[in-house]
Amino acid sequence: MTSAPGPGPEPRHEGRPQPQPEPERRTPAEAPEDAGAGPQPGPLERERVAPAEGRRLHPVTPWRRAWAPIAAMVVFSAQDYQRTREWFEHLTLGWLLAAFAVVVPLAAAYGFLSWWATYYAVTDTELRIRTGLVFRRVAHLRLDRIQAVDVSRPLLARVVGVAKLKLDVVGTSAKDELAFLGEADAVALRAELLARAAGIAPEAAPRAGEAPERELLRVPPGMLTVGLLLMGTGWGFLLALLVGPLALWWFSGSLAAAVATGLPMAGAAWKSTVGRYLNEYDWKVAESPDGVRVDHGLLNREHATVPPGRVQSVRLREPLLWRRRGWVRVELAVAGGGAGETPTVLLPVAERAVAARVLARVLPGVDVAEAVRVAAGVPRRGRFAVPVWWRGYGHGVTASAFVTRHGRLTRVHELVPHAKVQSVRLTQGPWQRRLRLADVHVDHGANGSTAARLRDADEARDVVAAQADRSRTGRHAARPERWLT
Amino acid sequence: MERGLLRMRRTVLLTTTGVLTLGTAAALGLPLGPGWALPALVWPATAAWGWFALGRNWRSWRYVERDDDLLISRGVLWRELTVVPYGRMQLVEVTSGPLERRYGLARLQLHTAAATTDAAIPGLLPAEAERLRDRLTELGEARSAGL
Repeated sequence: MTSAPGPGPEPRHEGRPQPQPEPERRTPAEAPEDAGAGPQPGPLERERVAPAEGRRLHPVTPWRRAWAPIAAMVVFSAQDYQRTREWFEHLTLGWLLAAFAVVVPLAAAYGFLSWWATYYAVTDTELRIRTGLVFRRVAHLRLDRIQAVDVSRPLLARVVGVAKLKLDVVGTSAKDELAFLGEADAVALRAELLARAAGIAPEAAPRAGEAPERELLRVPPGMLTVGLLLMGTGWGFLLALLVGPLALWWFSGSLAAAVATGLPMAGAAWKSTVGRYLNEYDWKVAESPDGVRVDHGLLNREHATVPPGRVQSVRLREPLLWRRRGWVRVELAVAGGGAGETPTVLLPVAERAVAARVLARVLPGVDVAEAVRVAAGVPRRGRFAVPVWWRGYGHGVTASAFVTRHGRLTRVHELVPHAKVQSVRLTQGPWQRRLRLADVHVDHGANGSTAARLRDADEARDVVAAQADRSRTGRHAARPERWLT
Repeated sequence: MERGLLRMRRTVLLTTTGVLTLGTAAALGLPLGPGWALPALVWPATAAWGWFALGRNWRSWRYVERDDDLLISRGVLWRELTVVPYGRMQLVEVTSGPLERRYGLARLQLHTAAATTDAAIPGLLPAEAERLRDRLTELGEARSAGL
């Protein structure tokens, strides 16, 4: 913190969220009066400082950056192992020390200077992040377009007591994250950003604090374990890990080749089993006026806040062995964050009724039970177009969402609220035309689309026309971008 | 869709296949003898089929400005119909490359918040493209719906 406010009658409570100062503090109507009562050095000071300078990241940040050259060297030597070994044999201790004497201070200096040149500032409407030593880059993130706020604390960062803050705004890139901030600062900044985005009066926003939250659900570790054990992917990767390298070793006799194929497979197996368990451990979903909050992780703690009305589509996944228990995994798609990114998981595993209850909070008006019920199958002649899997396809429309179903082993329902539909497309290949079938694609704002496949051609045309109408009118019922105004 | 688009596409087709025919014939015929140059005839055959296919495809393009949305339909074998409500348009773009300018054509591209939206109308007269752009922008502003 370089721009701490000067001593004033009322020092700002940067840091810990105050324990419930007054219950109605988030009421926007109340806020301006409260702020107008007397001189407030805090916000004014910031306004004066913010546009020019802003605040710096936590001083631990350079150490993260100092890793980069060393990591690059390690990767380089791993890639070209043979040459590196030859090269190292020529090296004497003196050379090595000299190299380190040059590389380490250079890396440290780079890390320090890039930290020095990085500022962030919160204005009434934007979060500005200025980075870059040589090529300067200033990102202006519009607060009323926030799609999600994530605070993540990787294991090492937790030890040091820092956190990473990431804003999903449409069009953000990986560079637009604040890493690292002090833990308390990150929480306070998140609260402030959400308060400003919600439309609380600018003077009151820095002191608005966290909105009160109500816990909706906590996934018990036992359920998570059983759920993971009942999933095919983890076992599949483990089996491939056992069979693949062994077979390769047997046939080629080359241990190195077996290890080289085995390592990435082991990585994938780890990620889909233990890694997933660690990531999804202690999953907590809570509800607050700022939207739904998700906290999870055993070693790396992650937090995500998705403001109201930001969810573009919902995906319900039911792996084969979960279905008898009525369990379901719920994923959300939110705009921003870039294409092909892993979707935001809302619930790693939950009973269907519970999931429906939580979803009703996240997407008011969307009834999951109804959505699953209306998804009707495709005509029997669909089996000539997609032999075995045709039975998995389905489509239906509820009052609030466009629903598609696909998959047989893992059954997936996708729901896109009508208000989020950006465009509707109908496609028909030559073979489908002979069978009088067509696909209807619905594009939504999270850089994705969902398809109702193999519909009867006439029905598909009606669906396209009706969907265009529904998505046009669906918007009228939507809430304002600034959700507390 | 202007006739110029078809002419442009057919010209591109003929020049590419012509170059490919000569290239293949030279590469096979010079070292191996004239008989080996015959496989190069596959390119003129492709050109003949392409001439016909381009014509069919060109005739299949339609666009309709409806009250609340723009409708684009195209394709013969693979048919596609796109409906974009005016309120969802984020950006309307008119582009014209060097080749298109030579034939006096412009291309209109619509962008919504979804990158998968694939709505473009090629081969418009520049005046028509600009009229459409202005009209779409105006309608989009009137019915703007955001994300």
